[in-house]
Amino acid sequence: MHIVVCIKQVPDSTQIRIHPVTNTIMRQGVPAIINPYDLFSLEEALRIKDKTGARVTMLTMGPPMAEAALRKALSFGADQAVLLTDRKFAGSDTLATSYALSAAIRKLGEEEPVDMVFCGKQTVDGDTAQVGPGIATRLGLRQLTYISSVVDLDLAKREITVQRRSEGGVQVLKTALPVMITMLEGTNTIRFGTMDDLFRAARTEIRVWSKDDCVEDETKVGLKGSPTVVSKVFVPKPRAEKAKFIEAEGGEPAGVAAAAVETIFAAQPKLAAGLLARAAAGA
Amino acid sequence: MVEKFDAIVVGAGPSGNAATYTLAKAGMNVLQLERGEYPGAKNVQGGIMYAAELEKIIPDFRDDCPTERHIIEQRIWLLGDDSYIGTNYRSDAFNTDAPNRYTIIRANIDKWFSERIRKAGALQICETTVTELLRDASGKVYGVKTDRVGGEIHADVVVMADGVNALLAKRAGLHQELAPQNVALAVKEILFIDPDLIQQRFGLKDEEGVVIEIMGKVTKGMVGTAFLYTNKESLTIGIGCLVSDFKQAGVAPYKLLEDLKNHPVIKPLIEGAEMKEYAAHMIPEGGYNAVPQLTGDGWLAVGDAAHFNNAAHREGSNLAMASGRMAAETIIELKRAGRPMTAANLAAYRRKLDDSFVMKDLKKYRDLPDIMHANKQFFGAYPDLLNGAAHNLFTVDSVDKLTKEKEIMRSFVKKRSFFGLMGDAIKLARAFR
Repeated sequence: MHIVVCIKQVPDSTQIRIHPVTNTIMRQGVPAIINPYDLFSLEEALRIKDKTGARVTMLTMGPPMAEAALRKALSFGADQAVLLTDRKFAGSDTLATSYALSAAIRKLGEEEPVDMVFCGKQTVDGDTAQVGPGIATRLGLRQLTYISSVVDLDLAKREITVQRRSEGGVQVLKTALPVMITMLEGTNTIRFGTMDDLFRAARTEIRVWSKDDCVEDETKVGLKGSPTVVSKVFVPKPRAEKAKFIEAEGGEPAGVAAAAVETIFAAQPKLAAGLLARAAAGA
Repeated sequence: MVEKFDAIVVGAGPSGNAATYTLAKAGMNVLQLERGEYPGAKNVQGGIMYAAELEKIIPDFRDDCPTERHIIEQRIWLLGDDSYIGTNYRSDAFNTDAPNRYTIIRANIDKWFSERIRKAGALQICETTVTELLRDASGKVYGVKTDRVGGEIHADVVVMADGVNALLAKRAGLHQELAPQNVALAVKEILFIDPDLIQQRFGLKDEEGVVIEIMGKVTKGMVGTAFLYTNKESLTIGIGCLVSDFKQAGVAPYKLLEDLKNHPVIKPLIEGAEMKEYAAHMIPEGGYNAVPQLTGDGWLAVGDAAHFNNAAHREGSNLAMASGRMAAETIIELKRAGRPMTAANLAAYRRKLDDSFVMKDLKKYRDLPDIMHANKQFFGAYPDLLNGAAHNLFTVDSVDKLTKEKEIMRSFVKKRSFFGLMGDAIKLARAFR
């Protein structure tokens, strides 16, 4: 078993400050942390390692300082770490990032076939939730997103059973390896590594790969490979409107109900027309 | 399998860093353990860094050490209720290629120092708390135990650089609990401000800096001092008093800091600044008489854990670095001579300290803490008297000068009596002899 866990180093969003003079975000001095969502995926990968003896490889793309995030991840119990860093990667959007990461995973697979890729659900700085599925698509992995628990892993049959949280409830999914998994937040708690883990983290040489080490098509990474244009940043309008209270105290039940229906129909004329048409057709 | 090292250094402050770096540079197999999330996470300093000691350890530190401003002006202020009297010394001669003092933001220095330590070959592990010393039946220390699973680690010698609380030595029964009158509690804020404003308000250019050391009414009669330092893009302001005095006076430290910030002579200097960071820390102030046992079988204590702080001159981190370096040098010498890390052999560390400014300075001011503690007039009555005298003298109001001098003299005698004044002079002379 070989598991690759993709993480991202992000600014600690709870400690970002605004420059009092220029009113811009002050990146300097803001501590960098591992994207909190990634830790749920890392912990799940480590639990699989505990059970199966799988090898866990950490992977990140970022500036050289992202090495700190990898070393931290090693201290939780991962086995090795690869840092993808190159000026040519700068400015990558999710399309270019997933291209570079999938190229690196493909290369890792040449050393030892990759059975599972874990990614965070999304990052706290970009919030797109696109990189994980992007990697899965490029590598032809089955996607298991928003997973709340890994129920079973059958290594003989190479099958995995998981619970996936969806809007309507919980789905139980079974599929064949290799897979790409993103874990839901709050589904586990990252462990406190052992003394051995810390020694290994302190001693492990982080492997540093540049563009030339794994990427074939240079035009697909960095700014060149990033079609995303941020044209405008705005705060969306809140969707929910204020609730209206219809006085029910002391009124006739039928009258109150009629008033409620009237209020709803007034607010939703389309709904009213549709329901009335169906009522007419039914009658 | 239990890991074994030549030496384990507990703590990543100036003393622990100096010890670890010196040991690693000499090719020793050294492990540094730090409980904070990163080196420096738990450290608080005003701070002023004195170059000489760091230079002894890392001669080329100026190449990449993230200092703030080099100090070209020192002000010492005695605050009255709405005034100050004091002295300034400013010199362009401080603008050299190798300045002697710098303002610093401690977290930046620790991060830099740690990178140098790792490059020197030491193994550094953070987020790991050493919970106890491992000792054999004879009491000899042979390693440490941490809060991690499988947390036992062995070493020939353990350097305790775990700071002012010195919890390790206390838990092992090697050090006693700190006496409240031997420890100060200091609080400080880093105030973010436009660098142009710093330069205008303090008359500075480029990376020049000013230090203001403050005593007086603002400590409300408690034994304590305050400070204001200029950083690149911020000001550091802080105040500290003895824990015993805080307890007796029932004053909250943050309230003292607020009063300092609102003092009429301080307020205009920090106007428009935004608070970026608030920190508090204890400072060992007991001086020479409070220095605990420094060595034993398999262990040494350095820095704040050994109570190395010169309260009179606001020096701590340089004593810490010097002691860390000397502890490391002692270990290196023993190791190279193939001698064991026994209490008798490690006593060479104490002799090195005695021969250096560390112990010589602490010894010189050995009576200072007791005298200050027993004579609160130096923190209340005298600031008032001196400020009053200056106010009288510099108010031109047709009163003749001889009468003014007599008035001033009378105010002093009235407040302290003739013998009181003489006694205070003698006490001060003794404290600073």
